[in-house]
Amino acid sequence: MIRMPRAFLLLLTSLVLGAAAGSASAADLSLTVEIPNLPVAEYHRPYVAIWIEGPDQAIAANLAVWYQVRGDHTKWLPDLRQWWRRGGRDLKVPADGLTGATRPVGQHILKFDAAAEPLARLPPGQYALVVEAVREVGGREAVRIPFEWPIKAAKRESAQGKTELGAVALTLNP
Amino acid sequence: MKNYFARVAPAVALMLAVFVPANSFAARAWLLPSQTIVARAGGWVSFDAANSDDLFSFNQGAMPIDGLSVSTPDGQALAPQNLARGKTRTSFDLEMRAAGTYRVAVAGDTVMARWEDEGKPKRWRGLPAEMAANIPANAAKLEVEQMQRRVETFVTVGAPTGIKAAGLGLELVPDSHPNDLYAGEAAKFRFLLDGKPAQDLEVQIIAGGTRYRDAPQTMTLKTDKGGAIAVTWPASGLYWLDAAIEDDRATLPNVKKRRATYNVTLEVLPQ
Repeated sequence: MIRMPRAFLLLLTSLVLGAAAGSASAADLSLTVEIPNLPVAEYHRPYVAIWIEGPDQAIAANLAVWYQVRGDHTKWLPDLRQWWRRGGRDLKVPADGLTGATRPVGQHILKFDAAAEPLARLPPGQYALVVEAVREVGGREAVRIPFEWPIKAAKRESAQGKTELGAVALTLNP
Repeated sequence: MKNYFARVAPAVALMLAVFVPANSFAARAWLLPSQTIVARAGGWVSFDAANSDDLFSFNQGAMPIDGLSVSTPDGQALAPQNLARGKTRTSFDLEMRAAGTYRVAVAGDTVMARWEDEGKPKRWRGLPAEMAANIPANAAKLEVEQMQRRVETFVTVGAPTGIKAAGLGLELVPDSHPNDLYAGEAAKFRFLLDGKPAQDLEVQIIAGGTRYRDAPQTMTLKTDKGGAIAVTWPASGLYWLDAAIEDDRATLPNVKKRRATYNVTLEVLPQ
């Protein structure tokens, strides 16, 4: 048996791990969603649905659904009107890795690995990222950013919400 | 002048007698659900039933709901709760817990009879089974008409499910689901009479909130060979659909004339 110096073994291990980590994070889709600070007397955090819309406008992949998880407040999910009709109504909530509590005002960053669920199943084609927000005693707004799948080149696209959403940015890393 | 009236009055009377069916001035009948789309967990939905021309303001008379039938998505009957009979409306609640589409309908198959008894006009309205007991066998100038009606609306818990045809009278078979209608999009509905396509049927669609505008803004459509109409919703909101047919194909023995009516309340959502 060949004895290798301990330092060399450590280096080898870190190289292998590094390569593995590198390939896993090679392609990803990340997005920034801004929930704006609104000067209103009665403020409630919005319900937000984030999904990838296919060419037929059906939901190709759900990315995130934020609603008031504590208590039975799923009653108001149909107010996310587009998300509801396009497939939200078929989804059982809460759903692991998808649904979560409402988020506060500010920038929220989400990152999705292209090789992992739900993006791994996405067939090549034209899609749109949709962010829809609806707020109790407030309004509703949906913002769309079109993109092509799979990711061929690094790209950053953005859209600006006017009422219930702030800046929404989509970053694609091949 | 006198001559003119003498000449015209009989003609007018004749026109009225010929062209105005007995019930054409009845107020519009409608059911109004508090919501048409309910989240997957289900919940309570309240309904108002009224006969009033203003859509959807209960300012005329309550609709009797003896003929109310509610069917759950799997075809079971569901009983109304908290039933209240008011002057201007009848109200009730439904607890909808099963996923799918509920059909809420006030439907009826009745007989209207008119005859003369020693020169005095007589009228009777009731169920076909009670006809023999209530109309004299030798009634003079007897006119009998079958009245089939259906006033309905739909509510969906979670995702919409299919709607089966009843196969009786005039009814709508939705190609576009009645709880999946959106402004700016076209919806297709088919009409059946006795389970067969109702061709050349005139269908009127009126948006709710009539008292907040000057013009009725009635959309008038005609069914094609297959009994279908296509409607593109101009705006979101509630709509009332009205269709009626009069023919000589009553489905009861010894009755020729038949009047079949259909009304549905639909909710169209914004994009």
